[in-house]
Amino acid sequence: MKTQKILAWIAIAIGVIYFFVPLIGTFEFSLRMRRGEYSTDAYQSVFSDMQFRETFGFSMVMALLTIIFGMLLVVPTAYWVRLRLPQIRPVIEFITLLPLVIPAIVIVFGYLRLYNSSSWIPFTGSTSGTNALLVLSYITLSLPYMYRAVDTAMRAIDVRTLTEAAEILGAKWPTIMLRCIFPNVMSGVLSGAFITFAIVMGEFTMAALLNRPAFGPYLQLVGANKAYEPAALAVIAFAITWLSMGLLQLVSRFSKMAPSRP
Amino acid sequence: MSAATTSFIDRRTVVDWLGIVPFMIFALMFLIIPTLYLVMGAFFTPDGQFTFRNIADLFTPSIISAYWISIKVSVASSLGGALIGFFLAWAIVLGGVPSWVRSGLLTFSGVASNFAGVPLAFAFLATLGRTGLVTVLLRDWLGFNLYSTGFNILSFFGLTITYMFFQIPLMVLILTPALDGMKKEWREASEILGASTWQYWRMVALPILWPSLMGTTLLLFANAFGAIATAYALTGSSLNIVPILLYAQIRGDVLHNANLGYALALGMIVITGISNLLYILLRMRAERWQK
Repeated sequence: MKTQKILAWIAIAIGVIYFFVPLIGTFEFSLRMRRGEYSTDAYQSVFSDMQFRETFGFSMVMALLTIIFGMLLVVPTAYWVRLRLPQIRPVIEFITLLPLVIPAIVIVFGYLRLYNSSSWIPFTGSTSGTNALLVLSYITLSLPYMYRAVDTAMRAIDVRTLTEAAEILGAKWPTIMLRCIFPNVMSGVLSGAFITFAIVMGEFTMAALLNRPAFGPYLQLVGANKAYEPAALAVIAFAITWLSMGLLQLVSRFSKMAPSRP
Repeated sequence: MSAATTSFIDRRTVVDWLGIVPFMIFALMFLIIPTLYLVMGAFFTPDGQFTFRNIADLFTPSIISAYWISIKVSVASSLGGALIGFFLAWAIVLGGVPSWVRSGLLTFSGVASNFAGVPLAFAFLATLGRTGLVTVLLRDWLGFNLYSTGFNILSFFGLTITYMFFQIPLMVLILTPALDGMKKEWREASEILGASTWQYWRMVALPILWPSLMGTTLLLFANAFGAIATAYALTGSSLNIVPILLYAQIRGDVLHNANLGYALALGMIVITGISNLLYILLRMRAERWQK
């Protein structure tokens, strides 16, 4: 029993060292820009960079659009499958897991061949078209997380009874969706949204190959050309991930504490 | 009457299926058809003749070596991640540590498993790069020059250590519920029958856990195999792994054969597909004990 506890603490100590040393190292490195003393010069340099603001803003917009359109696609589908087509749930679940199986670089490779400017749907022929394709590619990437989050939240509420009750009270489909289903699966929608946000903000492959000025390719560019700014950016990116995941956990804990009322 | 009923049912069935049409169109257009297009393209020449030439061309030394390095990095980082992840999960579930350690580690794992891509490469460069914190501290305090040992963060070993930063947390997240599912009664029963801790682990716990362990390791493998951003930001194109080769091929047709690029993509899908399939099968086996 005693050795077990010692071993457990050793394991945790190794974990803590492995995880915290790079974080401390990055933070320390990001403060080293001025020779001989610690300063926040690297952060000032990052924040005053126009390209940082532009690409960060661009990725924010992309993330928001991904969340909005992704949820408009996922929530009605998950709802409909639970209500009317439970027999094809395994198929839908399988499809939503495919983006974890097919590497992102392969998916975007397919897009570039299918939707280039000389094809039948020339997405990449114009800037707005490419942006749309980027959002669609992000929806694909976040499909496994969004679908699972929403579907889990939907399991907790009785979709059928809610729908029937709403129908008896005279509600039409838009009302049922927007005023009954969406609010009740809000915890799932928010969980999915936060993880999607974290994924999209740092995503590199899709944006780089579709040639869009997103945050991920910008990070790569800075990494290739500067010394101390990358460390500062890594700290910022880690803070963003931490924020999204923290909010996610907060939401899921909150929804567990307040189970859906019957 | 009966005719009216049938037509009503029919309409209802049609409406039912119409409900998932948007999703299906999306999945076909942005997931399935693009992938199938590449898979089919791998079996054709640029002028549209059916051929196995592209697949055969994958077995040229430069491409084989790219697959080999990719597989080595993925195997090493998934085994390392699985081993350390397993011990961490074991420590927080069965090691008798305070509960705040458990919730802290799980929260951190949720964050770290999503902290990948370009920033992760920066973090390890700042730590283990030539002027990184650890390298400098080892040199100044212990007089130990890490880089004289042949270590380089821009190498196979460096990439493996970096990938483990998201592999370990993923293992912890997936394995903790599996370890939670181990019933106390099994332990007690084996102790009553006179088994030692070692015998309990070898004859009871590991046989129950191995599908979870193996399955998750395969998942980690696929996870590392498809990753590109971290490797690209860390090593540029100096480390020739498959995703980076494919990236270069998409950017500028470095293989001088578009259809060979498709075959390269097909190879990736086959490898990640097989490991995911095995993961699903092993997971189903693992769930037998968790009812």
